[in-house]
Amino acid sequence: MTILVIAEHDNSSLKPATLNTVTAASEIDGDIDILVAGSGCQAVADAAAQIAGVQKVILADHTCYEHQIAESMAPLIAELGKSYSHILAAATTGGKNFLPRAAALLDVDQISDIIEVKSADTFVRPIYAGNALATVQTEDAIKVITVRTTAFAEAEQGGSASVEASDFVAEQTMATFIEEQLSESERPELTAAKVIISGGRGMQNGENFVLLEKVADKLGAAIGASRAAVDAGFVPNDYQVGQTGKIVAPELYIAVGISGAIQHLAGMKDSKVIVAINKDEEAPIFQVADYGLVADLFKVLPELEQAL
Amino acid sequence: MKILVGVKRVVDAYVRVRVNSDGTGVDLTNAKMAINPFCEIAVEEAIRLKEAGAADEVIAVSIGPQAAQEQLRTALALGSDRGILVETEEEVKPLAVAKILKTIIEKEGIDLVILGKLSIDSDNNQVGQMLAALCNYPQGTFACKAELQDGKIAVTREIDGGEQTVQLDLPAIVTTDLRLNEPRYASLPNIMKAKKKPIDSTTPAELGVDITSKVKTLSVAPPPERTAGVKVESVEELVNKLKTEAKVI
Repeated sequence: MTILVIAEHDNSSLKPATLNTVTAASEIDGDIDILVAGSGCQAVADAAAQIAGVQKVILADHTCYEHQIAESMAPLIAELGKSYSHILAAATTGGKNFLPRAAALLDVDQISDIIEVKSADTFVRPIYAGNALATVQTEDAIKVITVRTTAFAEAEQGGSASVEASDFVAEQTMATFIEEQLSESERPELTAAKVIISGGRGMQNGENFVLLEKVADKLGAAIGASRAAVDAGFVPNDYQVGQTGKIVAPELYIAVGISGAIQHLAGMKDSKVIVAINKDEEAPIFQVADYGLVADLFKVLPELEQAL
Repeated sequence: MKILVGVKRVVDAYVRVRVNSDGTGVDLTNAKMAINPFCEIAVEEAIRLKEAGAADEVIAVSIGPQAAQEQLRTALALGSDRGILVETEEEVKPLAVAKILKTIIEKEGIDLVILGKLSIDSDNNQVGQMLAALCNYPQGTFACKAELQDGKIAVTREIDGGEQTVQLDLPAIVTTDLRLNEPRYASLPNIMKAKKKPIDSTTPAELGVDITSKVKTLSVAPPPERTAGVKVESVEELVNKLKTEAKVI
C-alpha cells in the first residue's frame, strides 16, 4: 500500500498537523509520501523530508498553489492520488476545504475526522459532536481520509526522504484569493498548545480577557473561548474551542467562566487534565473537570497569576 | 437569480443523543427532529438575498424520509418559494447527496447554492465541496460573510488562523458557518402561507442517481466517559495539585 499525506504549511514552515497526520498514516502500514503544494515552498519540502518514515516528498511549487485554494489543490491531489491506496490530510480548515473536493473528482466517499486506525480499511470517527463513535469500513479503491490531529502523536524527526518535483499545474480563474486576516499572536497555536486557558460568557466582556492573558503568560498557554464568548463578540472566532470551532486536547485545559455546553465539551473533553473555575456549582463543566474550583473568576484569576 | 438551499432533517441540536442498545446507531425514537442548524443559516442567507432584490427565487431541497417535508415546510415558512423532496429511507452519503444536488442544479438552472458546512448528525463536512467538484464550480466554504458584487460573490471564510476572503465566479457553492447570520423565526401567518407553497417529490432513482456507498458503518459505541474529579477549595490547593498530583505545570 502507498499513502499520500497532504502537508499543511504556510509556504515557509511545515505545520505540526502534518506530523500528526503522518503518524495516522504510519498506522495504516504502507509507504508514505508527502505532497507539499504551495509557492516558494522548497523549505517546507526539505522539512517534510526529515520526518521519520517518509519515503518521498512531492513538491508542487507553483503560484496557483500559493494559498492552497481548493479549486487548484483538488485537481492536483486527484491527479497524483490516482496511484495511491490512501490519501490523508489533517482535518484542519485547509484539509476540510480541499480534500472532499479531491475525493469527488476521484468518485469516492471521504472518511472525515478519524481518531483511530483499526486496519487499512477500517477507521473510527466521532459522530453527533462526539456523543458517539462510529467504526466505518470502506471498500473504495482509493481511501480518502481526514485526520483529527489531536488523536495522533506527532511523528518523529530523523528521516531522509528524497524530494521530487511535480510539474502538474492547476491554474484556474473561477476562484480568486483576495486577502487573509490572520490573528497575530506571540502565544502558541490553540491546536498545538500544551496548556490552554479558555474564557466563556462569565468573562463578561473582551477587556476582561486580559486576566486570562496574564495567567497564560505565566504558563506559556494558548487562549481559547467558548462559542458564547465568541458570539458575544468578546474575542475573534478563531479562539473558539468546540464542535464548530477547534478541537483541542492539551495536557492542561483551564475553563474559566464556561458553563460546559455539549458543543464546548465536544471540543476539549479529550484534554489530559481539565480544570474548571466557575461560580455556579451546578455548571455541567464540573462533570468533566479533574479539578473544580467554585469561585468568582475575577477574584481567582489574579490569585492564580500570583501563585504561578 | 435562482438560489438553491439544502435542508437536512436531523435530531434537534439540544437533544442529548445516546447510542442504541445493539450498537448500530443512535437511538432517535421519539426524538425531536429539526432543520440542521447550519442549513437554517443557509436558508436565512438566501432569503436575505431575495429580500435585497438580488435573487428572484429560493428553492429548498431536502433529501430524506417523507417526514423531511416538515423541514421543507419550515424553510418555506421562513421565505423559500418552493420545495423539492428527494425521498428515500436510506442513509445517503455525501458523494451521493452531491450527485443528487447536481441533477437538480442542471434541471433548475441554479446560479448560487447555499448549504450548511456540515450536518450535526454525521459531522462529515463534505457535500458542498463535493458538489463544487462535480459541477466544476468554485466553492466558498465555512462562510461568515457573503456579498454579491458585479456578477461575482465575495466570501469571507473562517479559517484556523483567522479569516480568508475569496472572490468566486457564479454559479458558485457557498457553505455556511455559524456567524454568517442569525436565522429568523417563522411568523404564524408565514407558517400558514407556507402550507400553500408547492413541494415537488422525487426519488434518487428518478433522478438517475445510485446512492449505494462503499462505506459501511460496522458499529457505533458511546465515547469513553469522563468522570468528575475533585473540588478544590482555593487557588493555592489547585496550583499545588496541578504541580504535585497531575504534574502538568
